[in-house]
Amino acid sequence: MFVSCKDKQKMISSYLEHLGKFVLWQRNVYNKPENWRMYYKEFVRQLYDIGIGSLPIIALISVFLGAVTVIQFYYQMEGTLIPPYYIGYIVRDMTIIELAPTFTCLVLAGKVGSNIASEIGGMRQKEHIDAMEIMGVNTSAYLVMPKVLAALFIIPMLVCVSALISIMGGYLASVPTGLFTSAEYILGLRSFFIPYNVFMMFVKAVVFAFILTSVPAYQGYFVKGGSIELGAASTRAVVFSDILILLADYLIALVLTA
Amino acid sequence: MIRIQDIRKSFGDVEVLKGINFEFEAGKNNLIIGKSGAGKTVLLKILIGLFEPTNGSVWYDQQQLGGLNKDQLKALRMQIGMLFQGNALFDSMNVEENIRFPMDMFTAMTAKEKQDRVDLCLERVSLEGSNLKYPSEISGGMQKRVGIARAIVLQPKYLFCDEPNSGLDPKTAITIDELISTITVDNNITTVINTHDMNSVMEIGDNICLLNQGKLAWKGGKEEVIDSENEVLQDFIFASPFLKKLKARALGG
Repeated sequence: MFVSCKDKQKMISSYLEHLGKFVLWQRNVYNKPENWRMYYKEFVRQLYDIGIGSLPIIALISVFLGAVTVIQFYYQMEGTLIPPYYIGYIVRDMTIIELAPTFTCLVLAGKVGSNIASEIGGMRQKEHIDAMEIMGVNTSAYLVMPKVLAALFIIPMLVCVSALISIMGGYLASVPTGLFTSAEYILGLRSFFIPYNVFMMFVKAVVFAFILTSVPAYQGYFVKGGSIELGAASTRAVVFSDILILLADYLIALVLTA
Repeated sequence: MIRIQDIRKSFGDVEVLKGINFEFEAGKNNLIIGKSGAGKTVLLKILIGLFEPTNGSVWYDQQQLGGLNKDQLKALRMQIGMLFQGNALFDSMNVEENIRFPMDMFTAMTAKEKQDRVDLCLERVSLEGSNLKYPSEISGGMQKRVGIARAIVLQPKYLFCDEPNSGLDPKTAITIDELISTITVDNNITTVINTHDMNSVMEIGDNICLLNQGKLAWKGGKEEVIDSENEVLQDFIFASPFLKKLKARALGG
């Protein structure tokens, strides 16, 4: 498809405009609450929705992540001189450094992100946001800050749980099926452990948590039009979150492993 | 009292409001009327500060809306109640929680005080006992009344109603009009109602502002409506053929 130079310029200026608007909007989002108790209540509700609400899907995905990683590596290493316990080591580090934070957050961008965009966008369309504004509520802060803070708090925990379940998934896919022994897998898990990798996992989890809540909140908050536009905003929220998560993943890897 | 001076509002090249001056009086039902697209909703949104005028000023008593700092604006907003066209009730909260929301957010009242106030407001709008129902479980008329109860819970000085009768049957519409009117007079509130319902105009229109193509076409009270010779007003009031016939018959035509 041919895209003219003018269209490209328009697209770039539109992205920059959104970026500027997003950055300026953050000042309203992180503001002193009108009532700490109400914000805390909303924070706890979000902890439950994002944390407990996402646990089953994260657990399911994590089991298969670990299982597939083990099977793929076993396939690639079979017949080589690399000892089998290395697979436990590879699964552990791959899970901690990359798979748990990135996969979990990509999935959460779909589940939590689209939910946030639809919820806030729906409130915009039903005039709930206008109603709160007229009451004197700082809607940017009340509707967005508890969600972002809850995500920053609970998503690193979810990522931790995901890593744990993923490693267990690797165990379940290899030991009972006779690929190698329990002792070999556990030896691999305990070998060459670098605590810094866990730090990297948490850095990724925190950054991704911010992206997957802030970007959808922005898309929902500024939605204009009807249900078709709300659907489009929800889709944009997930797509942009995913792209930004992958970009951030690359940058964090670059910076923290330099 | 709310006063607007030379209010203009443009969206791109289109000028929607073209220099409107009007005074909305305290203790009266002030109606903004006009055809669809006349600029009523834009004017209402400018009055409550959701839109900024391109030119002109809005005065709440001695305070100019555009000149307030953040804290002053917040204090003013707490004196404002608003009934939305679609009610804007929070779906995830029941009736009681909806009404209690402004108190939870802005007051340090005890749970008992809040409960008493909620019950009082519900009694005021004749919805006693509906505390635990959700917006989806009650009728449109009841939702309007919950909206009114929420709008008056902080005892506002100014009440805004956007199309309070839209989607209601004529009898319920009259009940809602009477309720708004009683609350306005009893509490000496400056009430601004955006409507194109002719019953409202004739029943509660104490101070009417007729907009036509973004300009103030006529102002006056309900008593002056019938006898006015303003063409835009007559055209608006007697828009339906039925009313035209009635008028002609009344005049002996």
